[in-house]
Order: sequence, then structure tokens, then C-alpha cells
Amino acid sequence: MGKLKLGFYWAASCGGCEISVLEIGEKVLDVMAVADIVFWPAAVDFKFSDVEKMEDKSIDVCFFNGAIRNREDEHVAKLLRAKSKVMIAFGSCAVDGCIPGLGNATTVKDIFTRAYHETPSTINPEKVEPQPKYSIPEGELELPELRENVSTLDEVVDVDYYVPGCPPVGEQVWNAIQAIVSGKLPPKGSVVGASDRALCHECERKRLGNKFKTIYRPYEIVPDQEQCLLEQGVICMGPATRGGCGALCPKANMPCWGCYGPSPNIEDQGAKMLSALASNLDSTDEEEIKEALGKVIDPLGKFYKFTLTKSILGRVRK
Amino acid sequence: MKTVTIDPITRLEGHGKISIFLDDRGNVANAYFQVPELRGFEKFCEGRFVEEMPDITARICGVCPEAHHMASTKTLDAVFNVEPSSAAKKLRELLYSAFYVYDHTTHFYILGGPDFVVGPEAPPEERNIFGVIRKVGVEAGKYVIKQRMDALEIVSMIGGRKVHPTFGVPGGISKPLKETERARIEEMAKEEVKFAQFSLKLFEDIVLKNKTYVDLITGDTYTHKTYYMGLVDDKNRVNFYDGKIRVVDPDGNEFVKFPASDYLNHLEERVEPWSYLKFPYLKKVGWKGFVDGKNSGVYRANTLARLNAADGMATPLAQEQYEKLYETLGGKPVHATLAFHWARLVELLYAAERLLELSQDSEITDPNVRRPITETPSEGVGVVEAPRGTLYHHYQTDERGIVQKVNLIVGTTNNHAAICMSIKKAAEGLIKNGEVSPGILNMVEMAFRAYDPCFACATHTLPGQMPLEVDIYDSRGKLKKRLTRF
Repeated sequence: MGKLKLGFYWAASCGGCEISVLEIGEKVLDVMAVADIVFWPAAVDFKFSDVEKMEDKSIDVCFFNGAIRNREDEHVAKLLRAKSKVMIAFGSCAVDGCIPGLGNATTVKDIFTRAYHETPSTINPEKVEPQPKYSIPEGELELPELRENVSTLDEVVDVDYYVPGCPPVGEQVWNAIQAIVSGKLPPKGSVVGASDRALCHECERKRLGNKFKTIYRPYEIVPDQEQCLLEQGVICMGPATRGGCGALCPKANMPCWGCYGPSPNIEDQGAKMLSALASNLDSTDEEEIKEALGKVIDPLGKFYKFTLTKSILGRVRK
Repeated sequence: MKTVTIDPITRLEGHGKISIFLDDRGNVANAYFQVPELRGFEKFCEGRFVEEMPDITARICGVCPEAHHMASTKTLDAVFNVEPSSAAKKLRELLYSAFYVYDHTTHFYILGGPDFVVGPEAPPEERNIFGVIRKVGVEAGKYVIKQRMDALEIVSMIGGRKVHPTFGVPGGISKPLKETERARIEEMAKEEVKFAQFSLKLFEDIVLKNKTYVDLITGDTYTHKTYYMGLVDDKNRVNFYDGKIRVVDPDGNEFVKFPASDYLNHLEERVEPWSYLKFPYLKKVGWKGFVDGKNSGVYRANTLARLNAADGMATPLAQEQYEKLYETLGGKPVHATLAFHWARLVELLYAAERLLELSQDSEITDPNVRRPITETPSEGVGVVEAPRGTLYHHYQTDERGIVQKVNLIVGTTNNHAAICMSIKKAAEGLIKNGEVSPGILNMVEMAFRAYDPCFACATHTLPGQMPLEVDIYDSRGKLKKRLTRF
């Protein structure tokens, strides 16, 4: 059997997924022993034209990170899908839309207005905006157009496996790679390299069974470092979030932000979190409940920071 | 008219693209560097809980999330009008120093360094981290990797995570440091100081002792006389975490020094229809186009700019190296773009020394790392020196701490106009009479690589080359010739 052919690509992302791949450290060398990288703009000198020349399905596994924000992202996703036997949505942006997906809470027009007209440091009396095609005396310059909506990878192409996390932690990346290299892949559509349970199951904080009466913003309370944050009234996304990272943020005395996306068998992370909040609230009085939950002024940002694109909310009406 | 397109260079939270236009004689008529991506943080952060901004804005960049997290956390201090405890400030700066060690190391050894360590004209397949390791030896290569990972380990000890650490709260940080952790950091910091010295020695042996390299650094092709910006402490020494923003003119004289909250009196940004990224310039000088000199508001940020904008370094070993740099390159300010690489190593040593100093400060294990919030949130500006330049965050909130308005000027953006100019000047100096050889690819790359721009974020950590392709079209847009790196 020849060496595996791997591809890596990033669309609208921050680069953190690339860094997380390197968290596997010297194991990269083990991977290189059994696999060749045939496309990775960050690392090796193959180009789109090289990919275009490849036979269909000639890449064994493609790790695709980043959301689909502009026309180029979409084009490359389709190109790589055609060339790859297995397509992996790698990292929160590709899986759930992540922070770039918050763009769906607004419109391209409003994004442009804020960036190029309103911001106080911007001086733009002639109301210039970036153009998809712009003629200059010497010729023409092009920019990829923004799509009206941000999409997850599986909204534009068929996806075989999902590796969640912002970014996926190095250990889980290694788990995913091992599964691929050994050929022991789960059924299509599975999540690879993460836990099958909610984050709370791997969190070391003590649960005393307490309920809370008041929700605290993280700056309003110095939480006990040992006790469950939710029991202390801090909204920790743990109950609604898939485990796999090792509960890194609660260990840092910060709440889970929810970056591994919805916990298994949960359709909608935000709805699940709202239900978890309600069941941990120490009150049956409607007014009290209303007051307590009224502190969640930004449910979209709080509950759907990483999953708006994929959620039942989807996007604002445009 | 011919067009030379370099696309893709690699990602800048997306993508970077260079188009060079040649006149009828085959000389450079104009050159454009385009940033073809926009995600819209300044809009979609509206309506969010302000205390979540450090974690949201960290996702602007996964290579330097610490810079955004820190600038944002300092903005929260300002929004809530709270002064962090001394221990909290020191721990923030300690983490930030470790981050600088990590970040500057990756740039020097993996991205920028290969041009010098292996050579600008070495075969492309050699001109990468593996080539560097072959040149310095496997043991030294492993040493570099270890020091880089140790610095990252320090970041995660305080920040909880290696990528997208989370620790910043208004008035402090999320948890105190244990004595066992402090001792471990001190031990690692000692090694980082030695490692920074090792790196400077390497630079001296390989670059400074080679006249060809020194000529390349000081030559006109890679030189621009601009203003320089950087944070300085109360003695006008370089500081990454805090201080005032100082700008010096192309002669090296102080042009202005201002607190972060005054940034709108000193900076403006221009929009061009051919790029998604804006172009900041000095307001009081004004935008005069893509030109350098005292009458142009174009300024530079990043390593050499910080050294030029300061009077010195706050640690003894780095100060020696600072003096040596200016003695060697003919006094302050130095305008040579390629000297940003050397300045990066001087900063690496400063970051390591500062890391060691802070790790030996008994106050950092003080459990008092958070001040209570007593004031109603309103508006604030927070600034740090990101490795790639001065980073500005500015938020306005309502009385409930919900974000109303956001303005961001990001490290690399400061250098946007200068990067365009540097690419054009390098192309002008290298392309004559329509002759475009594959050698030009790396020379053009070197013009922007010195800035360690964020579109290099990815290649930061990875071995290999930025993919480059030069297409030459005739005046009808027909592809006449394609050159690739290999």
C-alpha cells in the first residue's frame, strides 16, 4: 500500500487550526512516515492549478478548516471535495460557523458601512468601498466577493467527518489522525477526535448539587476555583457543549465558551443551554425566574457564539 | 502593458495577492498588494457582552490571539474604569513576554530566517526550516523547537490554553499563580535568555559576517524613510504591554507621544477600492499617497519601528544589542526594511529577560489578581504592541455593558501602505526590461516578509514556502508565461 495522500486547506478562519495541528509536536514526523501532504498552502508549495490537474478522488483525506465567507472559499471547497475521497470539516468554523458565522447576525451592507464609513478613524468623504472588479490605468484588479451569508462547510459540499473545536486540541487532532491512518473510521457523518459526552463529564470542578438564584456576569463574581461554575451562577456552556478538550477554560477559572459545539444528540446548543439554565435556577416564582434570566441580554452571543450558522436561528432576516 | 500577478502568496486571514504592472519597456509602472478578505468583526461584535470581547476578538488571529486578548482586556479595564492590581499587571506582562518569545522565535526560524540562514539565492527546496536545521544541525534544531514549546507552555500555564488562551477580566486576570508554577516558569525563562543570545549569535555569524547580506540589508531596494510608531515606558524604552504611543519622524526626532485614549487625534484610515484592508496614516501629516518622507503620513510599526521610536531597551543585555544594531547600521533611525529581522532578535532577548525578571518577582504569586468592578461601563481604548505592530481596540457600551460600537486598528494594518510601497520598490529595483526571473519571487517575498505580516501567520509555524506564482499576461490578457517557484 502506498502512502496516504493528505490535503489541508483553510477558508475564513484565524489560523488557529493550523497551529493546533502542530500541537501534536514530534508526532508530525510519524505522520510524515505514512503520509504525503499533497496540498497545504501554508506548508508546501502546491497551488490551485496543481489541485485542478489532479484526478478526481486522488486526495485520500482533506482537512478543511474555516467558514465559507466569500466566493473563493466556496470555489475551493467544491474543488477539494471533487479531488478528495474523504472530506473532513476541521475546527469550529468549518463545522459550526464559529465566530465568523456571527456575520449572519448582520448583513454585508452593514459590515461595509461600519468598516468603511462609520468607524471613527476612517476618513472616506468619497464613500469608497472595495469593489469585486476595479479598473486602474494599468489594468484591472479583482477581489473575491463576499457571500451574503456565512456557511458551514457541509452547507456547500458533502462532508464525511467532523472534528470540532476552536481550535481542536492537539491530542484530539492526533486521535483523528490515528483513526484515519489506521483505517478505523467510524460511519460517515460521525464526529472524530472529540468526546461522546458533554464537557461536564470531563470537568474536574465539584458539583455540590447547589442551584443558583442569580446569574452573574463573569466580572461580577470571583468564582471559587473548585466548584462548578454554573452552580455559582456563572453561565458556563459545559452542559450544552461536546467534551474533548479536557475542560481547559473552566481549569483557567473561566466558563466554557462552547467552542466544541453542541453536545452529542443535541440539535441546538443554545436551546440546550437555556434549558440547562432553567433547570439549575433555584426558583419556581415566575417573576424571579424572569429577573434572573433577564440578565442574559445577548442570548445570541452567549448561547450561539460558535454555532449561529448551524443553529435553528441560522441568520437574521435580510 | 504586461501584468505580473503573484497569487496566492498565502493567507492573510484569507489571502494576499500581488499584481505588478509593467510598462511598454517592461519596467514597473505600478504594483498593488491586495487583501481580499473581510470578516466584519467591527459590525458583528455590536450587541455582545463586552466582557466576552477578549475571547471573541482573539479569533481575529489564531497565531497571535494573545495580542488581541490582551488589548481587549486592557480595553475592558478602561471601559469599567478599573486599575488592575500590581500582581495582575505583572502576570499579564509575564504571559505576554512568553508569547513574544514564542512568536518571534517562530518568525525568525521558520519564516524570515531561512532567507538569511540558508540564503536568499539558495535553492527553494532548501530555503525553509529544514534547510535551517541542516545548516545549524539537528541538535540545534531540536533546541529551537523545545524553546518555542516551553514559551507556549508558559502561556498556557496562565492562560489555560495554548491556542486562544482565556484569562483576561476587567481589573485583572482569572486566577492567581501558584509558587510551583512560578518556579517552573523561572527555570524555563533562564533558558529562554540563553536561547535569545544563541539566536543573536547565529545572526551575527551567518548574516553580519557576510558582506553580501549586510549590503543587501543596507541597500536602497529595501529602504524607506518613514515615521515610526511604538509603545514606550516612562523612560522612552520599548514596552510591549503598556505605556504611551510614541512616533518619531524620519530623522528620528519625536513627532508626538500620546496616551492610547487619544488615538483618534493622531490616526486616520483611508479606504481604497482594490483592497478590503484599510490604510492608516498620521492625521497631522496627512495622506499624500504611497510615498515615504517627512511630508507623507505613512508610518511603520513592528520590530524595527519600535526600536526606532524608543530611546533604548529596559533590560541590560537587550540594551547592548540595541546599541550594537545602531552602531553597525549607521545610527538612528535605521530605515532598512530587512533590519526588522535583526530588531526582532533584539526584542526576543528583551522579552526573555523581561520574562525572567517577572518570574523572579515575588509579587506574582499574590492571590490578589482581580479588582472588584464598581463603575458603570461606558467607553474605553486599549493598546498593546502586537508583534506585528501597535494594536488598538476601542469599544463603546451601554450602561449594561453591551457593546454598541467597536473600532479596531490591527498590528499588520499599520504597515499596510508601507508593505505596498516596499513591494513596489523591490519590484522596480529587480524587474528591468521585462526580465522576470524566478529569482525575483523570493526577492519580492523578502520585501514584505520582513514585516512578519499577518498573512504570514500560517507560514509562521510551518516548514516550507509560501506558494508563489507569477503569471505574465500580454495586453490582451493572454497568458504568455508562467513561472512557479520550482
